[in-house]
Amino acid sequence: MGAFYPVLKRELRSYFASPLAYIILVVFQIISARFFFLYLQGFLQFQLDPSYQLQTGDLNLNNLVILPYFGTISIVLLLIVPLITMRLVADEKKNYTAELLFTSPIRIRTIVFGKFIAALILLIMMLLLSSVNVFVLIVHGNPDFGAVFAGYVGLFLLGASFLSIGIFASSLTDNQLIAAVISFGILLLLWLVGALSDAESTILGYLSVINHYEDFGKGIIDLKDVVYYISLIFLGLFLTYSALESERWR
Amino acid sequence: MRLPYGRGDGRPEFAFGIGFGGGYSIVSVKRRAPFEAGSGPGILTRMVYVHNLTKRYGNLTAVENLSFQLERGDVLGFLGPNGAGKTTTMRIITGYMPPTKGTVHIEGVDIFDEPLQAKRVIGYLPENPPLYNDMTVMEYLTFVADIKQVRRKEKKSRIIYVMEKCGISEVRRRIIGHLSKGYRQRVGIAQALVNNPSVLILDEPTIGLDPRQIIEIRELIKSLSGERTVILSTHILPEVTMICSKVIIINHGKIVLEESLQKLSEDMSNAESIIMRTRQNGEGVIEKVLALGGISNVKPGVAGEYIIVPKKGAEVREDIARIAVEDDWGLLELRPVTNTLEEVFLKVISSEEN
Repeated sequence: MGAFYPVLKRELRSYFASPLAYIILVVFQIISARFFFLYLQGFLQFQLDPSYQLQTGDLNLNNLVILPYFGTISIVLLLIVPLITMRLVADEKKNYTAELLFTSPIRIRTIVFGKFIAALILLIMMLLLSSVNVFVLIVHGNPDFGAVFAGYVGLFLLGASFLSIGIFASSLTDNQLIAAVISFGILLLLWLVGALSDAESTILGYLSVINHYEDFGKGIIDLKDVVYYISLIFLGLFLTYSALESERWR
Repeated sequence: MRLPYGRGDGRPEFAFGIGFGGGYSIVSVKRRAPFEAGSGPGILTRMVYVHNLTKRYGNLTAVENLSFQLERGDVLGFLGPNGAGKTTTMRIITGYMPPTKGTVHIEGVDIFDEPLQAKRVIGYLPENPPLYNDMTVMEYLTFVADIKQVRRKEKKSRIIYVMEKCGISEVRRRIIGHLSKGYRQRVGIAQALVNNPSVLILDEPTIGLDPRQIIEIRELIKSLSGERTVILSTHILPEVTMICSKVIIINHGKIVLEESLQKLSEDMSNAESIIMRTRQNGEGVIEKVLALGGISNVKPGVAGEYIIVPKKGAEVREDIARIAVEDDWGLLELRPVTNTLEEVFLKVISSEEN
């Protein structure tokens, strides 16, 4: 693992040397904050509504603001992750630097892992930024803190699986744009595949990347959902490794 | 396979037998392979030991049964027309891609069995310098030193040394993407040197440089040889004469000529014909030269030139000079025809093709 840190450092440097990382962070924050504001506004107006007094149970801060806010973030991640991962491997091929990496005394898995962790750090930064909004709620209201925490664990796992699939897409081509389109396609498919059923009833429903997220939003960290996401992450990384390895044999 | 504690009821014994036997035989074959393949101790003492290398891309055979060996200090000029398999061979030697068949040992270490160990001693400049355009020269070389696992203590001095050697110290804070082609090529060479490799592999190192830079890089490569083994592919044939100690010409993936440069230049200066140039196209020159004896043929060339082919072993230049002065032909030039490497190259390639 001697080369893990240099690979990670170079990727992070590369993100922040170009405007890409900053643009991604800013765009992500603007979109998520805008939606957060809309949900909060809706919630406050709803409170003034006389019929609110007659409702019981679930109409709280968590269900009306935080849950839809997390839903929005997951959709924004679906759109933004392909942009984060598109250059990770494709660029190495385009600039011929793959030849440097593969003739250096480092393992392919170290390279893949270094790149994944770099993208993961960018994801964590995005999620931390978005948590500023929720933090305002915690200071001025009393949301269920456990549900917020579980929601973020879920978003982190969801985003990480998106990243690993994105890296795989990037390893299939030397063109960034094609990489982004492929990863967006795979992610959308994984999202929509279970649109008609839930995670328990059908195989397609189980495969759907979003069905497994629902419980996290409700504050439940279910082991089987965690296992699903971690398997997806490892699958993506393994496929990336295989794509790079098999390319050498061609 | 029957094991001593097998009970004769079949299944457990069977399962164990497969696992054990299969595993063992794979290991033993792997260990034995290099010694079977080569001629014994050669593998361990040679710096580069390439044996029976074959690479196929589908139906296309890029490299076929290529074998050669290099000692410490050898500088190999690797020649061949475009598409002959030079780059493929270099990529296999550096461990970038595995061969379809055959083995490569670097300092006695198999590059595919123990890639991490073998790759440590290799420096490689690919056809296109592998540069990160968003990094500065200094950052880039630091990254390369890190992934090549240059020791922390030596890292800084090593980077400064290679920048000095390649003449890129003055651009060390510039972004690589903004550098000119010549500088980029030199950063590529610096990258190959950063781990102080004992085997240096350069794929067309002088391509895209201006004449002054080409001379500088040649000098650099010359100064780098010595302790190192260098493999150099190029299209510029005089370059080989200037730098290399050994030449391999390949065509269609096969070696068509393998020779030390010393032997090659001896062969080349063993001239068969003589060129004579005179001021006047004198009458009867051909007849008079033929009359000297020891000459098998005289052909008139352009602009008062005559190509004189002496009989084997006959030394006729003195006689020709004397008769030319006596008859007042206006002798301007009298020289043996030396084969250049170009001619050798073309001869070898075209005879292969016919």
